[in-house]
Amino acid sequence: MATYQLSVNGQRKEVNVDPSTPLLWVLREELKLTGTKYGCGISACGACTVHVAGVATRSCVVPVSLIGDRPIVTIEGIGTDPVGRTVQEAWVEKDVVQCGYCQSGQIMSAVALLKATPKPTDTNIEESMGGNLCRCAIYVRIREAIKSASEQLK
Amino acid sequence: MPDKNSSRARKGLIMIRKRTLVLRISVFLLIVLAIWFTLSSALVGRTAKGPDASTSDRRSEGLVAWRQIYSVLTSPRCINCHTATNYPQQGDDRHRHFANVIRGPEGKGVPGLNCVSCHQTENADSTGAPGGHNWHLAPLSMRWQDTNDQPLSSAAVCRAVTDRAKNHGLDGAGLLKHHEEEPLVLWAWNPGRRPDGTARSVPPLSHAEFVAATRRWVDAGTPCPKGR
Amino acid sequence: MRGAFKTENDLSLNRRSFMRVSAAAAGGLLVSLYFDLPAAMQEGRPTPPPKVYPPDAFVHIRPDGKIMIQVNRLEFGQGVHTSLPMILADEMDADWSQVEAQLAPAADAYKDPLYGIQMVGGSGSIAHSFRQYRELGANTRALLVSTAADRWRVTPDQCRTANSVVYGPANQSARYAELAHDAARRPVPDKVSLKNPSEFRLIGKRVRRLDSRAKCDGSQKFGLDLDLPGMKIAMVAHPPVFGGRVKTVDDGEARRIGGVRDVFQIPLLKGSGVAVVADRFWTAKQARDRLKIDWDLSGIELANSSDLFTKYKEMARTPGNVAIAHGDDEALDQIAAGNRIMAEYEFPYLAHTPMEPLNATIRFDGDKAEAWIPSQFQTFDQMAIAEVLGLKPEQVTFHTEFAGGGFGRRAVPDCHVPREAAVIAKHLRGTSVKLIWPREDDVRGGYYRPMHVHRVEIGVGSDGMPLAWRHVIVGQSIAAGTSFAALIIKNGVDETATEGTADTNYDIPNFHVSAHHPTVNVPVLWWRSVGHTHNAFVMETLVDELAMRAKIDPIAYRRKLLKPDAKKLRAALDLMDEKSAPWRTKLPKGHALGISCHESFGTGVACAVDISIENKRPKIHRVTIAVDPGLAVNPLTIESQFQAGVAFGVTQLMAKGAITFKDGRVEQRNFDGYTPPYIVDAPVTVDVHIVPSTEPPTGCGEPPVPVISPAVVNALAKLTGKRYPSLPLVAI
Repeated sequence: MATYQLSVNGQRKEVNVDPSTPLLWVLREELKLTGTKYGCGISACGACTVHVAGVATRSCVVPVSLIGDRPIVTIEGIGTDPVGRTVQEAWVEKDVVQCGYCQSGQIMSAVALLKATPKPTDTNIEESMGGNLCRCAIYVRIREAIKSASEQLK
Repeated sequence: MPDKNSSRARKGLIMIRKRTLVLRISVFLLIVLAIWFTLSSALVGRTAKGPDASTSDRRSEGLVAWRQIYSVLTSPRCINCHTATNYPQQGDDRHRHFANVIRGPEGKGVPGLNCVSCHQTENADSTGAPGGHNWHLAPLSMRWQDTNDQPLSSAAVCRAVTDRAKNHGLDGAGLLKHHEEEPLVLWAWNPGRRPDGTARSVPPLSHAEFVAATRRWVDAGTPCPKGR
Repeated sequence: MRGAFKTENDLSLNRRSFMRVSAAAAGGLLVSLYFDLPAAMQEGRPTPPPKVYPPDAFVHIRPDGKIMIQVNRLEFGQGVHTSLPMILADEMDADWSQVEAQLAPAADAYKDPLYGIQMVGGSGSIAHSFRQYRELGANTRALLVSTAADRWRVTPDQCRTANSVVYGPANQSARYAELAHDAARRPVPDKVSLKNPSEFRLIGKRVRRLDSRAKCDGSQKFGLDLDLPGMKIAMVAHPPVFGGRVKTVDDGEARRIGGVRDVFQIPLLKGSGVAVVADRFWTAKQARDRLKIDWDLSGIELANSSDLFTKYKEMARTPGNVAIAHGDDEALDQIAAGNRIMAEYEFPYLAHTPMEPLNATIRFDGDKAEAWIPSQFQTFDQMAIAEVLGLKPEQVTFHTEFAGGGFGRRAVPDCHVPREAAVIAKHLRGTSVKLIWPREDDVRGGYYRPMHVHRVEIGVGSDGMPLAWRHVIVGQSIAAGTSFAALIIKNGVDETATEGTADTNYDIPNFHVSAHHPTVNVPVLWWRSVGHTHNAFVMETLVDELAMRAKIDPIAYRRKLLKPDAKKLRAALDLMDEKSAPWRTKLPKGHALGISCHESFGTGVACAVDISIENKRPKIHRVTIAVDPGLAVNPLTIESQFQAGVAFGVTQLMAKGAITFKDGRVEQRNFDGYTPPYIVDAPVTVDVHIVPSTEPPTGCGEPPVPVISPAVVNALAKLTGKRYPSLPLVAI
């Protein structure tokens, strides 16, 4: 067991866990932030995507011991970011979600895309969102919502 | 009696003695030649052409060393990130990396799906994600496969590795330092555990042997095999 | 799951149930529903405790004006959390902005009116509960109106309602919330008067989902997210081969991990396993993976995919149990070989892999229990838990959690996951335990869409139309050994294996369909659209092949071959024809068109796809899809189901879209080995067109799935000249 000081959604949090514990489970079980989801545990689906120092990160494969003082933003906190808020609104407006389980990860990946590329092409969208699995498969609305958010981020 | 016989016998003996002498001299000369030949090869290189003997010996040695280097470069831990395509490979069977991860403009993936989205600066043995400093794909100029994911020939890889227009201007010393010190190169010998807990395989030579071979190759003037 | 369709009258509330109203202890009006309960039980019922709704409440009008509506099915993406309340709120003339929905717990009142169990499946949510929810809404409105009418001393038909307000003839008005208290004491009207469809304000409109925002900001809780005081996490080491038994366990290393609470063997329905209980997910997983277990696999059949395919192909050469036979059995044999086609199809096992891994949380308190499960089968799951714990079902309070997908995987007749959780909860009496199946358990844990082989022989007439059709299907029976067997297996044929072929809408003379159901040591289950997944593929690719042979346009051919009374299919086909015409004839070079149509669960669907080949895979640029689902309750939801359902259907085409067995063991572990469609594999655009209809609504959850695979493969055939009778598409 070890103690870690983490910056999560702008707040300082202290946790005491086994160093090998993936960040995902620290967020979900120690900090009760269950918005970030477990889908596969091997970074193949993206449901666990958070931002670490601004980089979209798959928290299920990153042990908490490798985070350090890099700030973490989860789906619960992304709404305070103007791009995050715009993406969430676009998701609601376009009625994107079905079961919704993958959507935290989809939104976090989409926000990372739009922050780097405010006017993404279809190819940009396919490439950046290419590793986020949606079993309901509502991909066409994910594309539409990203384009809509992009238009609003003029 | 035998005046005739003894005269013939004497002639015969002389013949035999002569032949034996010739034989002995021939053998002696052969031995001297062999010794001289061996010594001269060892000292000055193998050529019948005299002045180029040292160059071609050196080249041969360098090529032997290169073959060793090539065996490392084309082993999975190295070649999986030296692809000619827009994706990395993974595993000992070198299949396309899952989750549609791609090269991106700088070999670092794309926003939302960067290499560092999963690969941190160290191996994560508890989850099976390998890691190292500045995890990224080798540039296309340093591809060691073709677009069908088949390794390029020894000659082709050697040409790419020694082409200063393609290899960030590295000369022999630079290449040696790269092989000795570059973190992602070193990673190949400390590749961590797979998600199923088993250890990833390492290249066919130890890192020390790899560096030694590189040194020999560099000393030999970084020769490349001829051919395509 | 398959559906059987009855008339509206069978689903009417009045014949089978009683509505009752009461005052909610927290204030307001409770509208309840009882099925066939003796009158005596309804009188003198004690007021329920304030923090718990009685399990039979459907509507609660709160004093603050909020209207809580209970949803009698799991919400797992299909949108019932919104569309069922919409129906009720429309008839009730409720203010939609004040409506909140909840997933009902397990109780008699929430049973599916057709099947008599609480469930979701067979694309039946709206189809079976449309009338029910309308009547509930209409009755509630009637009560409120008569309350107001009495107050104003006018007659009910002098009043009108809108947005949770009753208006009187002389400018009087009263909010529902104000009237609720008095309405609770009134007798329930015995005749219900439903709106004329022209009066619908919500039904038929594109209404956005109620659960959208919570699912976008991380606040929506799913079963896996549940957190209870003192809760433990459990995982089970399952045998590597179904039915295996634990011989020895070395749990030393596992127990040494801090936070591991217990390790013990448990019986499974077949065989046994080892349960690990820990404080945290990661601890449980680490410990479970460090168990050293020796398995006893003696006497257990070891499934092997290649052997099974060989065996199935052999079985397919002889007729099986007859599903349907009309016309002349021997007609085919009289047709010259040059006018006959023979085709053999192979389909692999498919895993569902819903995004949220399987889970069940249970606490056993000796004389009662509480369960929280994202369940498609609440009645059965509740019964199974009760059985394991030695309780009566009503002693198990069963909460329905939101599910991250299901596709049939959470509707298991043997309830094996809740049973496992109950066994563990029993062991840990007094402590809540959340059982989780990590993704590897899910991929390897069985209950797959069965593998199948089809062998089809068709005799073709000079006009290119089929003259005779002999079809043999081989695949495990899903219903055998379950409580659905009597309903689904007829004459030795499991109808879920032959649906889509035996009940075809094509007019095929001398039609003979039969099935073999081998027994294999692999548990099998319905997978979104069930038998249609493989039957539609066979039918639609063969029809396409026939059309090509006859040099007839694929749409025209289908029109000709469909039965005259295949009303929904014809309507869908016509609409698809119209909407795809502008682009269908103008495909760029390297692109090809694929057509298919199929009816399932009462809904007719037709689609046109535009594909090309990119990176050796089919790239689906566009899908135009037309659907006749009867009355479209929420066109926005229906559009979503079809936009997504076709992409879901691509699962069958994915190169790594197969579960395979070797020596009894599943060869895949996770999404790296069994890979469903990502965004690059899905169609880029899907335009959905709904045939206008006033017929009773039929399902939209499963109907999109069967049409996409054959359409794509029909298009590929044009590009490569090859046919693809074996799924998944490993190579093009």
